[in-house]
Amino acid sequence: MAIEIEQPRVGLSKIAVSKTHGEDSPYFAGWKAYDENPYEEFGNPSGVIQMGLAENQVSFDMLEDYLEQHSEEASWGKKASGFRENALFQDYHGLQFFRKAMASFMEQIRGGRAKFNPDRVVITAGATAANELLTFILADPGDALLVPTPYYPGFDRDLRWRTGVNIVPIHCDSSNNFQVTPQALEAAYKSAESMNIKVRGVLITNPSNPLGVTIHRSTLEHILDFVTLKNIHLVSDEIYSGSVFSPTEFTSVAEILQWRNYKDCERVHIVYSLSKDLGLPGFRVGTIYSYNDQVVTTARRMSSFTLISSQTQQLLGLMLSDEKFTGNYITKNRDRLRNRYEKMISGLRNAGVECLEGNAGLFCWVNLSPLLESQTRESELAVWDLILHRVKLNISPGSSCHCSEPGWFRVCFANMSEKTLEVALKRIQIFMEERKIKSD
Amino acid sequence: MKLLSRKAACNSHGQDSSYFLGWQEYEKKPYDEVRNPTGIIQMGLAENQLSFDLLESWLANNPEPAGFMRDGQSIFRELALFQDYHGLPAFKNAMVDFMSEIRGNKVSFDPKKLVLTAGATSANETLMFCLAEPGEAFLLPTPYYPGFDRDLQWRTGVEIVPIHCTSANSFQITDSALEEAYQSAQKRNLRVKGVLVTNPSNPLGTTLTRPELNLLLTFITSKNIHLISDEIYSGTVFSSPDFVSIMEVLKDSSHSTEVWNRVHIVYSLSKDLGLPGFRVGAIYSNDDVVVAAATKMSSFGLVSSQTQYLLASMLSDKNFTKHYISENQKRLKKRQEMLISGLQSAGIGCLKSNAGLFCWVDMRHLLSSKSFDSEMELWKKIVYQVGLNISPGSSCHCSEPGWFRVCFANMSEDTLDIAIQRIKTFVQTTNNNHSQRIHPSVKKSKRKSLTKWVFRLSFDGREPDER
Repeated sequence: MAIEIEQPRVGLSKIAVSKTHGEDSPYFAGWKAYDENPYEEFGNPSGVIQMGLAENQVSFDMLEDYLEQHSEEASWGKKASGFRENALFQDYHGLQFFRKAMASFMEQIRGGRAKFNPDRVVITAGATAANELLTFILADPGDALLVPTPYYPGFDRDLRWRTGVNIVPIHCDSSNNFQVTPQALEAAYKSAESMNIKVRGVLITNPSNPLGVTIHRSTLEHILDFVTLKNIHLVSDEIYSGSVFSPTEFTSVAEILQWRNYKDCERVHIVYSLSKDLGLPGFRVGTIYSYNDQVVTTARRMSSFTLISSQTQQLLGLMLSDEKFTGNYITKNRDRLRNRYEKMISGLRNAGVECLEGNAGLFCWVNLSPLLESQTRESELAVWDLILHRVKLNISPGSSCHCSEPGWFRVCFANMSEKTLEVALKRIQIFMEERKIKSD
Repeated sequence: MKLLSRKAACNSHGQDSSYFLGWQEYEKKPYDEVRNPTGIIQMGLAENQLSFDLLESWLANNPEPAGFMRDGQSIFRELALFQDYHGLPAFKNAMVDFMSEIRGNKVSFDPKKLVLTAGATSANETLMFCLAEPGEAFLLPTPYYPGFDRDLQWRTGVEIVPIHCTSANSFQITDSALEEAYQSAQKRNLRVKGVLVTNPSNPLGTTLTRPELNLLLTFITSKNIHLISDEIYSGTVFSSPDFVSIMEVLKDSSHSTEVWNRVHIVYSLSKDLGLPGFRVGAIYSNDDVVVAAATKMSSFGLVSSQTQYLLASMLSDKNFTKHYISENQKRLKKRQEMLISGLQSAGIGCLKSNAGLFCWVDMRHLLSSKSFDSEMELWKKIVYQVGLNISPGSSCHCSEPGWFRVCFANMSEDTLDIAIQRIKTFVQTTNNNHSQRIHPSVKKSKRKSLTKWVFRLSFDGREPDER
């Protein structure tokens, strides 16, 4: 994949002026339209509804309740030296009790089917940092990571920009619900080889963004076998693991490793974050969990560039150590997301719009290909533009996620109130009805 | 499996240096007034622990920000969702005001040109990514903060080329030293992209003089390169001469916009406010493209919104900041004077300093020979026999052996007192020993085995990200 660059301005690096940060894509253009005319229930009822932001706003009340009940501890507690010690703590190992709490939270999410050792948890300021850091560690400039399409648009920046590493896509399509096939894996690997690019690993997102589905256990097993055979790494970005609608439908690569007695585990690394499951993207809490000692050591040293504020570690360490709270939160959060999802797809179905059957995440993968004039990217962007400016919904076109099939869109449902979701669904229904009348 | 990148396998993170050995020893038996009075006193950590009471009392009087409240309302949700890499406007405004206040309001800063990063560690690395390609170079005056080897070089591939400074002129930067460094880079086929200075200096504890700042501006103008001024200790200037920021000199001179655009400042709250754990750093640049690129890069190291909000409230309180800045400086001055006079009475001098959290101590007269081996030998004695973890000048790339950085603000007054007593005792003992004759060959073999041991060991383990 070519990285476009302008001629560097006198004195600046190529990286500084390149477009690899990816911010000129439609994914970000929709944001601008929203910012200029944001929907507000009373203030601006005809404004643009933001459905391009994968945020989880359905469970804040539980966090707010917790804070209210533990306000003193959250503010450094009764211990006189609490503030001082916390303010001075810049050890890149992170607060021990915070790592312990993260490990146990990850275990709870997986229903205890995998154990996590707090000493393998490396802290980073968000998953954005975790993914970039791992890329620096696992690959050299010019090398490649294989990533199944469609994928999160931010990866173009996170994995490639400063690292100089390439993404080679593993093409997935609707013929099998976008699951990764052995053929697609092999084809991607060969494609890199033919470009003389060294593949260093496979990076999957499980549950998937933008698909909103968990990866089948058998697919995971195959991917694990594949990376072992090729002697490369596997990065499993599991930041949506707590957003799976049913507790039994998520299989983490950690479970498979445990089941296999950790054979060949030193090539596997898991990325986690509290931005989606807990709805705290502002707090910058990410982690790398690696089964490889050298990766853990190196990642720790590199995390100096991206540590989590000790103030934030303190608060969240406390919250996540409270297993009664976390158990209750995980269950309720799942239920609420499932309800939202069901509301969304029934509303879409009533409007004659189909989606991929999802079981996780904060969004639906919606099929609007019947609306396309031709099955092309240009047509898809034309529909996107229409929906943004006519229907006033900011949704994400599949092409910004590198989907090889035009017509698919990611539509978020958890970053707004239920009422707003209803308004959005109504707008879609009206739009689809009008189109039907026109074509009749 | 040989499966990691070259970066992962290489040594540029710098953690195998003997610098970290002292840490290891300290961690094994740290001094504690009650539980371990013969333990090692940590004097290698540039932390500011003198003014926490001021912060604590502000927090006690202003409980809302830490509790995510504003005017009686919870803004938890708003903060939890706030991940905009442009930063919390109230926080950036407060930061630029604070930076201005530290500079006696002689310069003002535009919040739109400020980029927030997770600590100055992140800010310095980000600037390297923005200003230089792998294989290009930045010139740094020696001695310099050991962490720069990692921060500026490791993942960026940029090379540091030293500008050698010596005690002959109190380690000031000279035109010939600058020129020599530049030529040295050329000889190594390294394209120089800029100069990075720390002002006030770590480890020297001195502020750059106006002539030095003007010299730097002239130099970067003629070579058409950048200047980064790491001013993270700017709030710790406790005696004259006053702190002169590069921005002030730029303002007072008649340099073109083009030159303005090549001067960048790094700041942080880790030293002035004593909050290294909160990871608050910043880049200030007049160049829009640098600001834009650095802002996007800050995605990889944003400041927690929880922390931004707390500190925005604190730093917006101008009564507090005014009092804090002056009181903090007073306390630092007192501590520095205590250390200096204590060292003096042991016959040890320091570089005359007016800033920082440490002294640059002259122990050349205690070396058995004018060599870095000797410096290491002396350092080990001080760590193991005297029980003080101080930083040897060689770890700061000082070209002259015998200098050590000794911190004074990361402990209680009583502990500093004890440290001083130990030094006095050590010097007395050393003097007594020197008056006895030791067989030369015994002396030599002892020295050799110590050195071997030091360089064979590498430290891997708990190691705070200190400056």
